[in-house]
Amino acid sequence: MIYTFDAVIVGAGGAGLRAALELGPLCRVAVLSKLYPTRSHTGAAQGGISAALGNSEEDSWEWHMFDTVKGGDYLVDQDAAEVLAREAIDSVYELEHWGLPFDRTPDGRIAQRPFGGHTHHFGQGPVRRSCFAADRTGHMILQTLYQQCVRHDVHFFDEYHVLDLLVEGGAVAGVTAYQVRTGEVHTFRAKAVLFATGGMGRMFRISSNAHALTGDGPAIALHHGVPLQDMEFFQFHPTGIYKMGILITEAVRGEGGILLNKDGERFMERYSPTMKDLAPRDIVSRAIYLEIREGRGIGGKDYVHLDASHLGRKVVESKIPDIADFCRTYMGIDPAVEPMLVQPTAHYAMGGIPTDVDGRVVIDEQNTAMPGFYAAGECACVSVHGANRLGTNSLVDLVVFGRRAGRNMADYVREQELPPLPAGADGPSRALVEGLLASRGPERPAAIRCELQSEMMDNVGVFRVESQIRHAVDRVRALRERHRYLSLQDRGRQFNTELLEAIELGGLLELAEVTATSALARKESRGAHSREDYPQRDDVTWLKHTLAYRTDAGVELRYKPVTITRFQPKPRTY
Amino acid sequence: MQTTLRILRFNPETDRRPHWAEFTVEVEPTDRLLDALNQVKDTQDGTLTYRRSCAHGVCGSDAMTIDSGNRLACKTLMRDLGRRVTIEPLRGFKVIKDLVVDMDSFFDKYRLVMPYLINVGEPPPEERLQSQAERARFDMTTKCILCGCCTGACPSYWANPDYIGPAAIVQAHRFLFDSRDQGLWARLQVLNTQDGVWRCRTVFNCTLACPREIEVTKAIGEVKRLLVRSHL
Repeated sequence: MIYTFDAVIVGAGGAGLRAALELGPLCRVAVLSKLYPTRSHTGAAQGGISAALGNSEEDSWEWHMFDTVKGGDYLVDQDAAEVLAREAIDSVYELEHWGLPFDRTPDGRIAQRPFGGHTHHFGQGPVRRSCFAADRTGHMILQTLYQQCVRHDVHFFDEYHVLDLLVEGGAVAGVTAYQVRTGEVHTFRAKAVLFATGGMGRMFRISSNAHALTGDGPAIALHHGVPLQDMEFFQFHPTGIYKMGILITEAVRGEGGILLNKDGERFMERYSPTMKDLAPRDIVSRAIYLEIREGRGIGGKDYVHLDASHLGRKVVESKIPDIADFCRTYMGIDPAVEPMLVQPTAHYAMGGIPTDVDGRVVIDEQNTAMPGFYAAGECACVSVHGANRLGTNSLVDLVVFGRRAGRNMADYVREQELPPLPAGADGPSRALVEGLLASRGPERPAAIRCELQSEMMDNVGVFRVESQIRHAVDRVRALRERHRYLSLQDRGRQFNTELLEAIELGGLLELAEVTATSALARKESRGAHSREDYPQRDDVTWLKHTLAYRTDAGVELRYKPVTITRFQPKPRTY
Repeated sequence: MQTTLRILRFNPETDRRPHWAEFTVEVEPTDRLLDALNQVKDTQDGTLTYRRSCAHGVCGSDAMTIDSGNRLACKTLMRDLGRRVTIEPLRGFKVIKDLVVDMDSFFDKYRLVMPYLINVGEPPPEERLQSQAERARFDMTTKCILCGCCTGACPSYWANPDYIGPAAIVQAHRFLFDSRDQGLWARLQVLNTQDGVWRCRTVFNCTLACPREIEVTKAIGEVKRLLVRSHL
């Protein structure tokens, strides 16, 4: 079928839904999700959403902005960080007005707690800035935004998997999507398209990310000449459940939990004298790796303890109840009594599709916008997270930049005519599907995915070194070649999840190559990108954003300057 | 350890009726049932079809009937199951393919209860105030992830698919007991009908099935009492 809308949003997590609420009342908008919207991974976010409300102690958006810039190791575009910190306040009130059930202070205001890297007076000590609903803040945000979309009759296409972006004369003309239930390829014509497809953490073996997080949007963008920005910066959250990667929120440490090595030592005091266990995630993840490497993992193994037992049962059951549930279910332990077994887990892509502060996708060093193309949320790179995102800032990013993208799109579609449909618009999408269904090669998608995840985990992880990254680049290229010779066992039309996994894997392989290639080139250590062969930050050479393009010859890297307004780069200590 | 998965399968393109298939997998006791299903799909039979996403019990995708109970595959550990596990599509729902069921009518009923805050007043410039006790009043039902385990476990729903079902009532409860909400009368028009709350026979299957440990039957009871009180 060919559908026609003013705007199409791909992805129904926080960013997509927030944008839809801007567009819904003003134009014809469709939201496509490869899941049911309430299954989106925004719902797995736990600890909170930061905004300088000052409900529990003095706070200011300038401090929030500073923390964001410093947390991102000065690779943050400061105009964007200012927007984030200023508009976070109003965005949180807006969520409350829509019914979000925040926890409350004794005087009935939104409750706030400390979080990693969030400080008062420009780094003097932790501040209570994270607005929360127990340890299910993301769930509440996703539910609340979806509820409002239901209220405003937003048109959803559930279980539609995006296949391609349609471009005519350099401007966006729509998307194609695969209806999972029927196997049909549909064309959605639109004046503007927003990609809000979320993360790509499934390129790593140990990950907090849902199976669905395969970077579909960025992979498609790459094929249309759009670069991906700062892809070498991938955040490893310090506390994933040992072996499983399931997220244990930083709010455990925000509430007073501490990390311990095999000697029972609170080792973060050595690495971060001021912030201790509430240092930013890149620093804590490196500390855990170093403890393990020096033989101080628990029982000599590759994990440490996260202890919340001294907080008491009341705090555990009221402030981190889902964590208590995860511990009982997956570790068989009671966190009010015993410590949790944790190790760093691949968590969040700081990089993604480059945009300006209104969500418009920009495609070169001069920030030239691609007409009609927008991105927001984890798949985008504004860049407010720079080289390392602070905890809670992803949820802020979703609502602040989802809203801005939606508003800008509403203005844009009002002034534009519907672009003509490119000739043979759905041809490549149909060829992709039919090619895979007819394939008779020797390779199975699951085997390639498994090798990819191990390669990236082992060689493009928390610590990196040239020889290992080079190994990963070569290996991923070889896996991409093998991916051309797949064979599917499911050749049916209806609900063919094997077909979709093969398509997702194709994108994931490209993103992994971009990630590794960008990491190989950046010869410094900054934020989450930690090169053992180049341990220092190098502002003279490397205070710049990476732009990675796909060309016939492979990945081509270019660079663009970082926007610096208020805060000059300084050494980053906590 | 070795476990045999006995799975009720159905391919709408080739099968006239569902049939059983068995797969043997080598698993760790701490593996999730979802891991075992992934192992089958990845290494034995790529046609095996089920929904899954978060893999840790918060997205609600992989609800299915496991040894006769409605549960999430990612929140069920192999050590808690026997050497033979029977897996069927979520009871009470129409099957699309293998373990994938049609959720459309489930979400239609969700929409019926007006699952959003209704408050006609102009909001203040900052947050609305709500006491900790008022917030606690509806905490339990905010946890719902719309997985369908409860509705699919309800005998009243099996008997009458027009029944709005426990999940929709849980959603209504979340707003009816929120001090900020003013949608009582609008929602009671939906709930106080033949296919509304009164089809609940207090069987407690829903409470047993809920993977989020929501006391669903209790919540339905509270809605019933609110209905009665509102008519006095």
